[in-house]
Amino acid sequence: MLNWLSIDVVLLVITIWLGIGVAGVIALRQFGFVARVLFPLGGMCCLALAWAALQMIGSTPEIAVLPLGLPQLPFHLRLDSLAAFFLLVIGAVGAGISIFAAGYFRKGAGTPPGLLCLEYHVFLASMVLVILADDAYAFMVAWETMALSSFFLVTANHKLPEVQEAGFLYLLIAHVGAIGILLCFGVLQANSGDYTFANMRIQSLSPFWASTAFILALFGFGAKAGMLPLHVWLPEAHPAAPSPVSALMSGIMLKTAIYGLLRISFDLLHVDVWWWGGLLLALGLATALFGVVFATVQTDMKRLLAYSSIENIGLLLAGIGLALIFHAYNMSALTALALTAVLYHVVSHAFFKSLLFLGTGAVLHATGERNLGRLGGLIRYMPWVAWLMLIGVFASSGLPPFSGFVSEWLLLQSFLFTPGLPDSFLNMFIPIVAAVIALIAALAGYAMVKFFGVIFLGQPREEKLKEAHDAGLWEKIGMLWLAAWCIALGLFPNFLIHLIDSVTVSLVGVGFGRHATESSWLFLAPWSIKRASFAPLLFLLGVTIGCLVAFALVRILYHGRLRRSPPWDCGHPWQTARMQDTAEGFGQPIRQVFEPFFRMRRHLPTPMDRDPSYKVEVSDHFWYGLYLPISRLIEFLAALVGRLQQGRISIYLLYSFLTLLFMLFLVQR
Amino acid sequence: MSLSGFLSQLLAIVLSLLLAPLLMGWVNQWRCWLQNRSGPGVLQPYRMLHKLFHKESVVAEHASSLFRMAPYIVFGCMVLACAIIPTLSTDLPLSPAADAIALVGLFAVARVFISLAAMDIGTAFGTLGARREMLIGFLAEPALLSVLFTASLISNSTALTSIVEYLAHKDFAIYPSLAFAGIAFTMVSFAENARVPVDNPATHLELTMIHEALILEYSGRHLALIEWASALKLFAYSCMGLALFFPWGIAEAEAPLALIFAIPALVFKLAIGGFLLALIETLSAKMRIFRVPEFLASAFLLAVIGMLVHFLLGA
Amino acid sequence: MNALISQLINLFASVILILAFAMLSQRRIVNLIHLYTWQGLAVVGSTTVVAYVTHQHHLFYSAGLTFLLKVILIPYFLHRLINRLNVRWDIETLFNIPTLMIIGIVLVVFAFNVALPISKFSDTIAHGTLGIALACILLSFLMMITRAKAVPQVIGFLAMENALFLAATSATYGMPMVVELGIALDVLVGILILGVFMFQIREQFDSLDIRHLEKLKED
Repeated sequence: MLNWLSIDVVLLVITIWLGIGVAGVIALRQFGFVARVLFPLGGMCCLALAWAALQMIGSTPEIAVLPLGLPQLPFHLRLDSLAAFFLLVIGAVGAGISIFAAGYFRKGAGTPPGLLCLEYHVFLASMVLVILADDAYAFMVAWETMALSSFFLVTANHKLPEVQEAGFLYLLIAHVGAIGILLCFGVLQANSGDYTFANMRIQSLSPFWASTAFILALFGFGAKAGMLPLHVWLPEAHPAAPSPVSALMSGIMLKTAIYGLLRISFDLLHVDVWWWGGLLLALGLATALFGVVFATVQTDMKRLLAYSSIENIGLLLAGIGLALIFHAYNMSALTALALTAVLYHVVSHAFFKSLLFLGTGAVLHATGERNLGRLGGLIRYMPWVAWLMLIGVFASSGLPPFSGFVSEWLLLQSFLFTPGLPDSFLNMFIPIVAAVIALIAALAGYAMVKFFGVIFLGQPREEKLKEAHDAGLWEKIGMLWLAAWCIALGLFPNFLIHLIDSVTVSLVGVGFGRHATESSWLFLAPWSIKRASFAPLLFLLGVTIGCLVAFALVRILYHGRLRRSPPWDCGHPWQTARMQDTAEGFGQPIRQVFEPFFRMRRHLPTPMDRDPSYKVEVSDHFWYGLYLPISRLIEFLAALVGRLQQGRISIYLLYSFLTLLFMLFLVQR
Repeated sequence: MSLSGFLSQLLAIVLSLLLAPLLMGWVNQWRCWLQNRSGPGVLQPYRMLHKLFHKESVVAEHASSLFRMAPYIVFGCMVLACAIIPTLSTDLPLSPAADAIALVGLFAVARVFISLAAMDIGTAFGTLGARREMLIGFLAEPALLSVLFTASLISNSTALTSIVEYLAHKDFAIYPSLAFAGIAFTMVSFAENARVPVDNPATHLELTMIHEALILEYSGRHLALIEWASALKLFAYSCMGLALFFPWGIAEAEAPLALIFAIPALVFKLAIGGFLLALIETLSAKMRIFRVPEFLASAFLLAVIGMLVHFLLGA
Repeated sequence: MNALISQLINLFASVILILAFAMLSQRRIVNLIHLYTWQGLAVVGSTTVVAYVTHQHHLFYSAGLTFLLKVILIPYFLHRLINRLNVRWDIETLFNIPTLMIIGIVLVVFAFNVALPISKFSDTIAHGTLGIALACILLSFLMMITRAKAVPQVIGFLAMENALFLAATSATYGMPMVVELGIALDVLVGILILGVFMFQIREQFDSLDIRHLEKLKED
């Protein structure tokens, strides 16, 4: 084995991916080859990427310059701990998704498999390049490639009108966001004309320009992450895309925006103003609350997950906001703790959300249904998918001892122990924020119980569901990989926290993990066991022993007799599957409690109706209050501009003539 | 882990397993007496558990294994909860496994499992119960967390044992913020334990039931485990309240002998607490289901105000 | 000892704050009067404790006066009033209680932060109480704004007076006796006038809903 640098391995992986993509185009319609050879090969590359990134975390940054692109403007690449950490996420999660995708894509309508294969691997490669990029030029090229390739993936079924609309909306917001990022880089280089990140690091901006750059970055990356009010594309694009693509987008692509925000606010910008953190905290909380409340009332399973992604992004943003506040007041230990919570949640969300999206893909294949109101009882026909999804559901609701809980726990700890911020308003608001985060987590539990219960439990709401088949082997392996990490990250958090430690050391100079975990490998204790501790393994052991002892005692002392009979249901004489709560019914309490959040249109039956029907449509205030007015305004302006177009050549010539005169006038002055 | 620690841990678990049904019986008996009924006696829950364990279990024909697992998991969760809450002593080797936040997570695990099990049969009542339980849960959970946050802000720790040690050690001190937290905690415990202003444990009337709707399809040993688990939950909440707001008489690591005095102190406090619970239940009327979010939101906000008062007064 | 005393005063102040929140979210008029009575009792308690610590005898008198006025006379008068007006069991529709309480919390944060710098310089024993008192004043104000019926508005006004009194005792160990007597008399006279006023409103509009007063404006 040659003594390769990690960055070389990463570049090799990118090259192989591009090669796989090209091979896919050559074997455009050879389904078996594309699915069974190329996708698993891509998955192996993901593993190699994860391995290289793992080796890299904590060592000195590696730099490479690729002579690509324009003359005088090569691609600068740099692999430091932060980048390696995100590459690790891409690799580890991407491996599971690629394996799943090997079994997922079917013959049939839409884009041919070879083309999908190309788009998929270009998408992966561009995400890696976004994270490696060390100058604005390479970053923007990779960022746009990422947006375009994912756009084509979203519109894989481009014959359907709603998919076209979703794709258009996605592309539009992605580009509006990209403008923000571009302008942000423009501010960051501070008139030096050198667009490398190395140059941006040494520039010192005035607070005004630093704040401008931060706001622009927040806008640009917020648009990609789905921050309020730029979230509208997310619940449209995620359901439209094929499930592995939704998993990639929700699990990984959203995280590139988090990466960008971290890179700019902690690495490139040196000015620290506390209100950046405050703004981010407020926006994050609003996003999270909005996302989770909307998730509970959705009736489409992939939309529900999309809103849940918005919620998680909100939590991440809130965590970054908190870290920024601490950073501004030079409280480095607390900054490190908050950042650790954020990075842990990045990993855990990537795993569980991909798992859940893949699961919906399996359900979609087995039943052809995305509407929760037509599903139900699938745990009996698809036990593998159901039990694996249950793990994802638990991790997603933040229940111990799964991965979601660890990040929630760390986040709450960093909110709770804020001894004496100098600002008394902040000091009082931050514990309130902790309470709101607890509320959001509990609501996420509600949404997830609804999600799992309506799809997998109860009786099938349609006859055809009884023919549903379980996922295939490839799909099972992919989901199993992700589910195993959801459990492992929940049970052994210290391993990952050690890794994150190197990242926070490189960002803010302090890590809390070494100190937090050195007391015992079993306990997670940020300060000391006396102050706060959590031992997931002991926790699980306690519950399991409780269960097993109870089970054994009941069997030994009493008996294990069991009789099967029709359900009792309080003695009701007959019951059908339609009498269970629908998705609308299960969300109804939340709809009532959080009524001002929604724009609702109800259709209620009158007592005279022969076929009474009830319909409720829940939509987003932002769409009607913000986006439609903007689009009308743009149409109006466009119409004004359109008046210029007269159709007569002499008038166009007049325009040119007047422009020429005006220019000459300017020159003359 | 010292031997005395191990013993006090074991004692705490066994004692809560044994005392929990008694507390339930005591509350029910007082309810009867306060309502001019004679009541079945304080030992009734034991008789009921014994009877249920003897009966065979009738399970709906299409129930999945989740349905049969849930009672054991809920029971296991409640046993662990009783093990980590300092009931008798703060010398608990299991306690570092879960702090206050993880304790709330533990209750959430039990809640999610029982709700999923109720949805598993697919009857109208099961899903109704699951929906209402989650409705209560999503507000009660943050409220409980905020109560615990107030206590942890005072003691600068989220470990339950450290909180109790701190509160018990400070020579007689009054924390105004705990007054808010105490009221919020009382409201939350009524909701979480399906007691009267929120839910009526003695009814099967379809419009009002929450907890009973969840466990409608359970019978035999499964039902026994669930009933025992809900007794344990009541016990755990009572002990948590006593430990936070009246932390006198709880033994500490340095004084294992104090355990002997801790037991009568606990029984005494529980007896008074149980009586007060029955009294409040008798005096209040059950509220409509859509008043419950308001009730719990008020509890949540009170707990939040408690935190604010802590910041103002520094106590 | 001193620490304990100041904690006791803080506890009374917190009880007054809790009661202010309870009044904000109480629908029944008769319960509002009960809450007001309890609030008066808490004010008496805190005044007595301050009087005991600082050995200021006039505070004992003012505590006694407060007891007489706010725990016995005014509640008695209010009970008679609602019996005569026959609104004892009236229920008022409020808008969303949690929303009200969230606004209340924002007010509390605001009040605490406003009071923080003042109380830092104050050397009185219960300097933390000032923030709570200020919060109670704002909450009573909020209550008066959100109520549409006359009696709850009057109770809101009275609760505000309670909070002012608390602020006075905590920040300055009470006002001079003459001022206090004057205020007490003012409140008593005020409530009598308001009582008469309410009868007038009812006779005029057949209801105690003060939204009817909007008709009185000149067009």
